[in-house]
Amino acid sequence: MSWIGWAQIALVLLAVTATAVPLGGAMAAIAEGRWRVLAPVENLLYRAAGIDPARGMGWRAYVLAMLAVNLAGFLLLYALLRLQGVLPFNPQGLDGVPPWLAFNTAISFVTNTNWQAYSGEAAMSYLSQMAGLAVQNFLSAATGIALAFAVIRAFARGGASDLGNFWADLTRVTLYLLLPLCLVFAAFMVAGGVPQSLSAYVTANTVEGGTQTIPMGPAAFQIAIKQLGTNGGGFFGVNSAHPFENPTPWTNFLQSWAIIALPMGLALTFGRMVGDRRQGWAIFAVMMLFVVAGTLATYAAEAGGNPLHLAQGVAQGLGNMEGKEVRFGTSASALWAVITTGASNGAVNAMHDSFMPLGGLVPLFLIQLGEVLPGGVGSGLYGMLVFVLLAVFVAGLMVGRTPEYLGKKVQAREVKLAMLAVLIVPLCILGFTAVAAVLPVALASVQDAGPHGLSELLYAYSSAAGNNGSAFGGLTADTPWMNTTLGIVMLLGRFAVIVPVLAIAGSIAAKPRLPQSAGSFPTHGPLFVGLLAGVILILGGLQFLPSLFLGPLAEHFAMLAGQTF
Amino acid sequence: MHTQTMAAVPLSRVVLDALRKLNPVTLLRNPVIFVTEVVSLLVTLLAALAAWRGAPWAFQAGIAVWLWLTVLFANAAEAVAEGRGRARAESLRRARGETRAKLLARPDDRALWHWRDAPELRENDVVLVEAGDLVPADGEVIQGIASVNEAAVTGESAPVIRESGGDRSAVTGGTLVVSDWLVVRVTAAPGNSFLDRMIALVEGASRQKTPNEIALDILLAGLTIVFLVAVASVVGLASFNGVAPSVPVLAALLVTLIPTTIGGLLSAIGIAGMDRLVRFNVVATSGRAVEAAGDVDVLLLDKTGTITLGNRQAAGFFAAPGVAEAELAQAALLASLADETPEGRSILAYARERHGLTATRPEGATVVPFTAQTRLSGLDIPGQGSFRKGAVDSLSRALGIEPPAALKEAVERIARAGATPLAVSRDGRMLGVIELKDIVKPGMRARFDALRRMGIRTVMVTGDNRLTAAAIAAEAGVDDFIAEATPEDKLAYIRNAQKEGRLVAMAGDGTNDAPALAQADVGLAMQTGTQAAREAGNMVDLDSDPTKLIEVVEIGKQLLITRGALTTFSIANDVAKYFAILPAIFVAQYPGLAALNVMGLASPESAILSAVIFNALIIVALVPLALRGVRYAPVGAAALLRRNLLIYGLGGVAAPFIGIKLIDLLLSVMGVF
Repeated sequence: MSWIGWAQIALVLLAVTATAVPLGGAMAAIAEGRWRVLAPVENLLYRAAGIDPARGMGWRAYVLAMLAVNLAGFLLLYALLRLQGVLPFNPQGLDGVPPWLAFNTAISFVTNTNWQAYSGEAAMSYLSQMAGLAVQNFLSAATGIALAFAVIRAFARGGASDLGNFWADLTRVTLYLLLPLCLVFAAFMVAGGVPQSLSAYVTANTVEGGTQTIPMGPAAFQIAIKQLGTNGGGFFGVNSAHPFENPTPWTNFLQSWAIIALPMGLALTFGRMVGDRRQGWAIFAVMMLFVVAGTLATYAAEAGGNPLHLAQGVAQGLGNMEGKEVRFGTSASALWAVITTGASNGAVNAMHDSFMPLGGLVPLFLIQLGEVLPGGVGSGLYGMLVFVLLAVFVAGLMVGRTPEYLGKKVQAREVKLAMLAVLIVPLCILGFTAVAAVLPVALASVQDAGPHGLSELLYAYSSAAGNNGSAFGGLTADTPWMNTTLGIVMLLGRFAVIVPVLAIAGSIAAKPRLPQSAGSFPTHGPLFVGLLAGVILILGGLQFLPSLFLGPLAEHFAMLAGQTF
Repeated sequence: MHTQTMAAVPLSRVVLDALRKLNPVTLLRNPVIFVTEVVSLLVTLLAALAAWRGAPWAFQAGIAVWLWLTVLFANAAEAVAEGRGRARAESLRRARGETRAKLLARPDDRALWHWRDAPELRENDVVLVEAGDLVPADGEVIQGIASVNEAAVTGESAPVIRESGGDRSAVTGGTLVVSDWLVVRVTAAPGNSFLDRMIALVEGASRQKTPNEIALDILLAGLTIVFLVAVASVVGLASFNGVAPSVPVLAALLVTLIPTTIGGLLSAIGIAGMDRLVRFNVVATSGRAVEAAGDVDVLLLDKTGTITLGNRQAAGFFAAPGVAEAELAQAALLASLADETPEGRSILAYARERHGLTATRPEGATVVPFTAQTRLSGLDIPGQGSFRKGAVDSLSRALGIEPPAALKEAVERIARAGATPLAVSRDGRMLGVIELKDIVKPGMRARFDALRRMGIRTVMVTGDNRLTAAAIAAEAGVDDFIAEATPEDKLAYIRNAQKEGRLVAMAGDGTNDAPALAQADVGLAMQTGTQAAREAGNMVDLDSDPTKLIEVVEIGKQLLITRGALTTFSIANDVAKYFAILPAIFVAQYPGLAALNVMGLASPESAILSAVIFNALIIVALVPLALRGVRYAPVGAAALLRRNLLIYGLGGVAAPFIGIKLIDLLLSVMGVF
């Protein structure tokens, strides 16, 4: 660990904190309909689609509209991928994507997961990238933020039945937030050396006399939304470790910032919209707490290097550099690994498979904790609010009143739905991993034996259930079994959580907002931050302890004893 | 405390009940304990199978025994709570006895009646109850006046007056008429009387889960499912690494992880909360009402009798110009010597207190009694003078003089403050006035402050005018008041507060209180009140002390706090249990995992068994707390949360580390494993 390494980490987190305030404010302005710079464009779109943006929707209508858009997105993307061989913008003449892979990829991009069982440059035409994947990147991110708006409104309003208009939210988030941010960000990427081109791949003659195919493509814009929309699906196969996708430490700095800028900003949006900014800061603090603690642990594990290599006299001055880019080093790789898993982004700039066991444990555990630290755009906030409700419920009884949050009573219906929402992820992760761990058809995909192999499998299902999309590596993901089961898990991890969460929003919105009194305990301040962090660890994380014991922890202690896998 | 609470119910009864509650059908109500029972059965079968096959079985049997004990301890906790209620119910039942009623053929003819067994009485039957008879059913007195001993219900043996009309017309079945007679119209169908409801409540038979209990049940069921899946997944995950944990070990892991502690104590906490209320001589019609009491934001309290003592007392002497206060006090004392009213007594007490004056009636003194005509009273003492006291205008008129200007001012000031001025004269000369005040009960201000810290607003309800009400409100330290209150005003105030989302509690006794009592979220009716009021409220105070509303709120809060604290404790316990059991399961395959055996437990077997034993014993250890309730202090929500999180949250994380280690040491010393 070096002070330069710490400075790099601190710089990113400070930038995130500094920009969270204006971003949080901007998103509140968009949610509350105060930003209508492009009103004519908006109105044109609404008229064309026959939508009345002022008409509020109840939670059921909101969910149905969201599901309809996402179903349509899935079908279109699936068709596009299957048919890309006969469609234009395919200079490499790539074939259509095979059915299982197309199914998995379509779900993956619709659910904001961006799990990639393919390598972009080898499998996707430019049309698929631009009109398919990039569009879904926008749509899934905008969906997440719109849902978060709906949930925030439920807390901000009292005795209301409507959560806002999904179509208006989707349009405004895209028009006023994602598009402008991505345009600016893409410009920075291009300036940093990322290609944005429709030309065919370039064949270069190398100094050794061989030839090398250099992939090209409209990468910069897609990378912008990939980072900002917590999508994470790389344009190129190795994602942000690729020199064209993330060429320099500066692009790396910007991309790191972009991973958590919006999810962290949304915490502050929440505070603004409910009329008490301290509430937003409390949630922000919990998210930041885990990011900092996770980075601390991962950086320590990676910078320490591999003790086995040390024992053999291999210098570990730069730390464990296996699977890492020299231009980033251990600190920027460690930070990236933590925020990309904490934020359900899933882009990578290093190989998590090659991390030290404890360095790999942290990203895995962050995904398993439910993708709320800070989680995906929108999904992180509404997931966090579910934990907030559970924390308030358990601890709230201890002050001798029916627990309430922001003046909304937390009762049986909310607890039931919140439990449903937090149950689905562990069920998917543990259930599918346990089954895969004994099924030969699944085991065929696993590269390594012992605890490390288990980590690979566990990570894959965790990543899918948490809609993260990053891969540990070492797993052959493009098999019918993996494509199908991971596809199902991604669907459940997204929509089986959204439905109960929106149902909670519906029931919370209907409740009157009771005046706060000395009898209702404060949900800001260090005590609540500590409580919420504890509840996330205990209710969200404890059930994964056996799997972590058998995976990374077993590997770690075996490694200390000189055993590798 | 421990032995005390346990001793209240015979141990044999508790054991029998705990065994009876093993019936899986009844246990289904409690999913956590039900799962524990199923798992216990499974492990028992496996242990038996192992023994039959000649395989090692002692460890499995050990786990099985402690899993069963976990279930039994949980059942016993409930049985103890129920047992204490049942003891009270038995005495109530005895009170009810086999009553026969004198059923009147016509309400207005007391001579014509015939015997009818009490259980066969119907609503609106009219019965005659004479001295020595038990009141056969709840009802309304429609004729007569009698003294009634209500000890059977209230525990208070001094008889109370019951009469037709007015606010003391309700009689309770099972109480004894000790003098005179009453004609009573039956208002409760058999089996639905006050006594019946009380018996059902304390026995826990009619106990329905309260809203918060339902929510908590859902949380616990959800956690049980999560851990079921987590433990089941261990089979698959471990097989990948070539480890095959045995079923009893996984069973141990499962049972220690699911929230058995709170699952086992939850219903005991609820029953005990009800019992605390009953022992406090308040009967609630449902647990829901008790829970609502904890949520109350606004407390409506009658001024007279609740906030103030209800009778006026001397609180100041204001002498006329040129008169020493001591002279006035002396005159007031003598003028009141023969006055036996509480007001008169209070003047004597005040004179003694302020000026150290005492007096006995001098020889030859003539008492001038109060009459409606003169509205004056006093004492003529030969040689000393003639002393009078009375309302200021009465005295002025009688003496034919106007009080001096300075005195007039004092009179007005006293009246403005809601007190009553009483003038005192000696030999036709007005010496000054006594201030008679309705005194705020001692300690009320502190209690209102405590309530405010918990976010509860107190509102004083009074028939006084605004000015008077404002003065008393300020003195008592209430947050708001309703002056010149009519029943409609009260109702409107409650509705308004509820519209703002506040929960309101009030106490009342009269029939005109009934609508407000029914509207309030917590309506505490007085046992001495009318049947209408008792029907409208959702609690009845057998001591008829409206101040108790405050304690009722505290009991409600304590109930919720106890549930929350034990839930937090139970969930926080899991951390240590993982660190006991997980290394033990996998250490054979991965010896390095011994580093995570942070408690340094002796062997895998002893580690697992210690965790299971701790998990069972902690239920027993917490029974007294569940029955007694977690201490409640009105320090405000933030401080309360900090304190309870520290004790039950952090304590819940730490306690099992220590407990499991101790049990492990004990097992090693005993050489078990």
